[in-house]
Formats: sequence, C-alpha cells, structure tokens
Amino acid sequence: MSTVAGEMDHNDHHHHAPSGFTRWLFTTNHKDIGSMYLWFSFIMFLVGGSMAMVIRAELFQPGLQLVDPHFFNQMTTVHGLIMVFGAVMPAFTGLANWMVPLMIGAPDMALPRMNNWSFWILPFAFAILLASLFMEGGGPAFGWTFYAPLSTTYSSDSTALFVFSVHIMGISSIMGAINVIVTIMNMRAPGMTYMKMPLFVWTWFITAFLLIAVMPVLAGAVTMVLTDKYFGTSFFDAAGGGDPVLFQHIFWFFGHPEVYIMILPSFGIISAIIPAFSRKRLFGYSSMVYATAAIAGLSFIVWAHHMFTTGMPVAAEIFFMYATMLISVPTGVKVFNWVATMWRGSITFETPMLFALAFVILFTIGGFSGLMLAITPVDFQYHDTYFVVAHFHYVLVSGAIFSIMAAAYYWLPKWTGHMYDETLAKWHFWCSLISVNLLFFPMHFAGLAGMPRRIPDYSLQFADINQIVSIGGFAFGLSQLIFLWVVIKCARGGEKAPAKPWEGAEGLEWTVPSPAPYHTFETPPEVK
Amino acid sequence: MAQQHEKYYVPASSPWPIVGAIGLGLIAFGAGHTVIDMKNEATDGWGTNVLLGGVAVMIVMLFGWFRDQINESMSGLYSNQLGHSYRQGMSWFIFSEIMFFAAFFGALFYARVIAVEWLGGAGNNAMTNEVLWPAFEAHWPLTETPGGTKSGEMGWFGLPLYNTIILIVSSFTCHFAHVGLEKNNRKQLTLWLGITIVLGCIFLYLQGAEYVHAYQDLGLTLDSGVYGNTFYMLTGFHGLHVTLGTLMLIIMFLRVIKGHFTPDNHFAFQATSWYWHFVDVVWVCLFIFVYIL
Repeated sequence: MSTVAGEMDHNDHHHHAPSGFTRWLFTTNHKDIGSMYLWFSFIMFLVGGSMAMVIRAELFQPGLQLVDPHFFNQMTTVHGLIMVFGAVMPAFTGLANWMVPLMIGAPDMALPRMNNWSFWILPFAFAILLASLFMEGGGPAFGWTFYAPLSTTYSSDSTALFVFSVHIMGISSIMGAINVIVTIMNMRAPGMTYMKMPLFVWTWFITAFLLIAVMPVLAGAVTMVLTDKYFGTSFFDAAGGGDPVLFQHIFWFFGHPEVYIMILPSFGIISAIIPAFSRKRLFGYSSMVYATAAIAGLSFIVWAHHMFTTGMPVAAEIFFMYATMLISVPTGVKVFNWVATMWRGSITFETPMLFALAFVILFTIGGFSGLMLAITPVDFQYHDTYFVVAHFHYVLVSGAIFSIMAAAYYWLPKWTGHMYDETLAKWHFWCSLISVNLLFFPMHFAGLAGMPRRIPDYSLQFADINQIVSIGGFAFGLSQLIFLWVVIKCARGGEKAPAKPWEGAEGLEWTVPSPAPYHTFETPPEVK
Repeated sequence: MAQQHEKYYVPASSPWPIVGAIGLGLIAFGAGHTVIDMKNEATDGWGTNVLLGGVAVMIVMLFGWFRDQINESMSGLYSNQLGHSYRQGMSWFIFSEIMFFAAFFGALFYARVIAVEWLGGAGNNAMTNEVLWPAFEAHWPLTETPGGTKSGEMGWFGLPLYNTIILIVSSFTCHFAHVGLEKNNRKQLTLWLGITIVLGCIFLYLQGAEYVHAYQDLGLTLDSGVYGNTFYMLTGFHGLHVTLGTLMLIIMFLRVIKGHFTPDNHFAFQATSWYWHFVDVVWVCLFIFVYIL
C-alpha cells in the first residue's frame, strides 16, 4: 500500500492542470467541474433558446404556418425542461462548484469524484431527452409539467425515455446538492462560522437542502407516470380509484420548492454584487439569512396555488392563497435590504452591477405578478394564460438568468485572469434589458386579455402584441451571442486581472490570485 | 472546527465517474426502449441488451471505484474530516431516499383519504359519483375500483407480520454486529452480521412468496386499481432497497472476513448499518399504513 500512498502524495503536490481531453473526463477538480457545468448550461441555454425561437416564429402571426401543433407542443415542453434542468440548475451548480470552496476556504468539494459523476451524467440525460424528439411519434409534448393524463393516456411512445432522462437529471441534482451541503457543513476554514459565510454560500446551503428534499419526489412522480402509462397502474386514473389531480399535487410538491431552487442562489449572487459596487456592507446580513430560510420553509406549504382551478375545497384554496402571500414578506425583506445597501453608497455601474440592478427591479415585477396570481379568485382569470408565462419568465429570465449573467461578469476575472471587455458587456446588458422587456412585458396584456398559453394559434386581436413579443424574443436570443463573444474573448486574453478586480468586493475568493490557481486553500486560511 | 488542520484528501483524478456516467446513460436509454418495446410487444430486444450492457458497465464501475476507495482508506489517506464528509453524505442520501418513499406514501394517503372518498361522493362530489360512477361505493382497501376491477385484500396477519418481526430483529442483530466491531470483538461482529444477512434473505424470500400468494390466490395485482398500485409500488421499492441493503451487508461480510475495518475506521460498515435501519423503519411505516390500517 505504501506505493499507492507515495503516488497520491506526489499527485497532491502538483499545482498544474493536467492536459489532454482526459483532464475533463477524469477530473476531480472543483474548478474544472464548475467550468464544465457552466459551459454545459450555456450550450443548453442556446439549445433551449432555439426552441423558444421556433415558438416565437410560429406565434409571429395568427394561424398555423411554420410547424404543426404537435411539434409546437414538443418545443414548448422541451424548451421548459431544458431551461429548467439543463440551463438554470446546472449554471447554479457550476457557480457553486467554482465559488463555494473558494468562499469558505476549502481545498475542493467534499466528495470530488462524485462531483465529476454528477456532472457527466447530465449530458447523457439531455442526449436521451433530445434524441426522443426524433423518435416515431415525437418526443414529450405534454408541457414541462407533464400533467397526467397528457403524459400517460395521451403521450407518445417515447415517454419512457423522458422518464428515465428525468431520473438521471434528478440523480445528478441530488448528488450535486449532497456535495454542496456536505462541503458547506464540513469544509469551512477555521473561524468561518455559519453566520460569517457569504450569502451565496448560505443561499446554496438552503437550496441544496431543498434539492435533496424534493428531487426524489419528482422521481416518484415520473415513476408513477411510467407505471401508469406502461404497467397498467392507475395512480392518475379515476377508473382505478386514482385521480389526475393527485399528479398535480405530487408534481407541485416538487415544483414549488423547485422554483425557489432556481432563485435562492440568485439572491446570494445579488447579495454579493450590490455591496461590492455600492462600496458598503450588505444591509441586514442576518435578516437575509433568516429570510432565505423562511422562503425555503414556506415553499413546502404553497404548492397548490398552481392548482386553484382544479376544484379543491374552498378551505384549501384559502390556505394556499394566504400561505403564498406570506412569502412576499421575506422576499420583501430581501428587496428592501438590497435597496438599503445601495442607499448612500458610492455606486459605480460596471456590468455585474447593471445586471444586479436590473435583477432587483425586474424580479420584483415578477414577484408582484406572482402576488396577483396568488389571489385565488383572480387566478381563475389568469390561469393558463400568457399572464402566467409573463410572470415566470420575469422571475426566471430577468431574475435567475440575469443573476447568472451578473455572476459570470463578476467572477470572470477570477476564473480567466483577464478583465472582460466592458464595452461589449454593456452592449450585452442593454440589448438584453430592452429586448427582455419587449419580449415579456406585453405578454401580461395578452394574458389579461385571455390569450391561452401552449397553443400554436390565436385570435386575431392578439396579433400586434405577439409580433412585438416575437421581435423582442429574437432580439433577446441574438443578444446572448454577444455574451458568448465576451466570454470567449475574456478566456483567450485581455487586460490582466488583479487578485481583487472590484474595489468594494469582499470575501476569501479575492485573496487568491487571478486566475485562481488549480488548487487553492490546501492549507485552510484563518478567518477572523 | 479543530479538525480542519488535517490534510483533506482530494484524489488527483479518477476514470470511474465517467465510466459510471456511461453506464447510467446506457441503463436509462436501454430501460426506456425496453419499456417501450414491452408496450408495443416488439421482440427484437436491443433495448434490453443496452440495458444489460449498462448494468455491466455499472458493476465494473462500482468495483473499480470502491476498490480505489478501499485502497486509499487502508493506506491511511483518509482524515477524520473526510470521514465526516462520508457520514454526512450518507445521511443526506438516506434523507433523499426517505423523500422518495414520501412521494408514494403521499399518493397512498391522497388516494385513500381524498380520491376514493370523492369518487364515492364525499364532500361536494355527490354528482361525480351519481353521474360518472353510479355503482361505486367508497371503501378501503379498494377491492373494487370505480371501473369495476375486482381484487382481493392483503391482511396483515401471517407473512407480513412474520416479515415485520424478521426485519425488526435484523435491525437489532445489525446493531449487535456494529457493537462487536466497536469493541473489536470480531467473532461477535461476524456472527451477528451473518445472522442479519440470513434474516434479510428470509425476508426477501417471504416477500416473494407473499407476491405469489397475492397474484395467484388473492387476485391482487399491480394493475388492479390504486390499492394494488400503492401496495406493489411501496412494497416493491422497499423490497428493492432490502435487496440492495442485503448486497451491501454481504460485501461488508466479505470485507470483515478479509480483516477490514477497525473500531474507529469503518465508514462503509456504518453506512450499511444506517441503510439497513432506514430500510427497517420504512417497513414499519409500510406495515402500519399499507397492511394494518
């Protein structure tokens, strides 16, 4: 055994990244794995985005012109699945991989091999999902929420592939979350107490808990869909004593915490960026922590607000309405704290800050429309209309995605060792900001006027709004190519970045050189 | 966080995760096509071959991965802190398993308390019953579905009760083995661990016998309505977990015979024992909610 130990010792001391493609296949390095997650998520963002372009092209004018309705349904479904499980979640996991060990002074993630496994199963999951689109009868066409009986009685043959690919995505998320949570609990540098952790670490800590709690429930839901469709069970079939509404309960018990999984890490990112560019400490650190925990706790008791029109008993509708509204209290605490952090700060407007500011405003718009949707009686009008589409795209695109963009600009100098091109980045920001509003704001009106979602055709009176929306959509899609350009340019060269490129930034990640060496904090730093 | 000053072992690189990813990918792809072929009664069976290939790759991966880890552990590379990581990782994994079962228990409670009752006209659903399922009366176990499928009902006395006793006893024997390991009493360890494995196997055998009885004598099948669905899904997934747990125990047994594990360094044994207790607790919940109530 001594030879093994000797070998390992030797490997421990090399500080340079191994070369060749096996570096990426065999790596156990949190930075390599973080980079792979981020690139994978960006590729999926473009793939899912192209599907959105198909949707917007079809909806550019009323009538059916480009694609047939079944294909349109596959596009809305797979667009949603890819953006949720392939773009937003892996981006956050990538950021966690890169930044959590750097922020808490750990040498790597707690379980480095499992870390690599949880990344590499994702490309297989999405390959299977995308391949199912080319099967006879097409891929999943039942919406990303795969409500029964659309996903059971009325779905195409390929549904089993959808089920198993979701299983792999779930396994990946659970393993990733276990890794993050164990890293945070067990790998903090001496002196890094829980209440000294950066908020990005805190929000990911809570997100990881949510992931471990609800991804298995999603696995249960897809398993029941599988057996209902292929093995004759009737969980979601009244003839056998089941209930299609049961599907919605199980799905949204997963689904509602899931939407917070996609926003809590954003809160952490914004809570890092706003203080840095306001040159002030974050206002109300501990209230931010408690608010995050409160949001996560409440997320388990609000799921049925997605189901107000299913005919639940009135008592249940009222309970879920008030529980949902309660969430606006901790969320309001957060928005207040961000604004208070900026109050009398010495603010500069570099691109990360611009995205963070846009996040605060646009996410709040999405929050308000969410509050409107929470009100049971009016939800009967909004349900399944473009108002809902507008709402969740405000929180997911101008919320989650904008925060990921902000994070990318904020930490790119640390990752690449170069400053990104500020002029191009500002172009990316302003193009994105204008187009995202052009894209999603008019959807509110279409929805309030009664335009249903997930339908490839619409009444003539919605034509103008849909043209504006489609133009916004194409513009937003093209704007993201600027981002790709900025990132590639930054990775290949540019002005040398100092260890701490942002004057007001705080945290352990800025104490290591830029680019961060392959191994950092092998001896834990002392945190005072 | 005093233990932080020890060096944390980070393996340089490993081929096993990517092998495992390929294995899992093949399993998912193969399982998907197997299921689709079954439904379409297609017989070429290439999906099943892919599935089996994936399983083979996974087995290779598990052997390789665990061999590396056992070698590292035996050569003293692991610090206490790493041990904490493994223990916490295992605890969170078990928590995720609990949530997986929670989904099926949730389905059981919903079907029993809400769906079946409503189909029978409870609450404001009188017309649902009257118009859609006029002959249906709500009852549990649901031995006749609204659609008219009839099935028998599985009692709790007999096999299920024996199985409950066996599994609870096996949790104790597993604990005695663990105590033996901690006291460095290898004889006690080997004996009780062996008994635990035997009890696990008896449980699985009786569970199989119960399924045969249910299918052949009671007419209670996987597709006989939501009672059969929840019964087979819950006990079936539990049975899979017992199978996995028994396999883990057998591997622990082999390692014990080879002289692995010390009183302070036996994460794999501890994890297996935790897993076994978890499987036991799930069974107790099953016995109460699926069989007795």
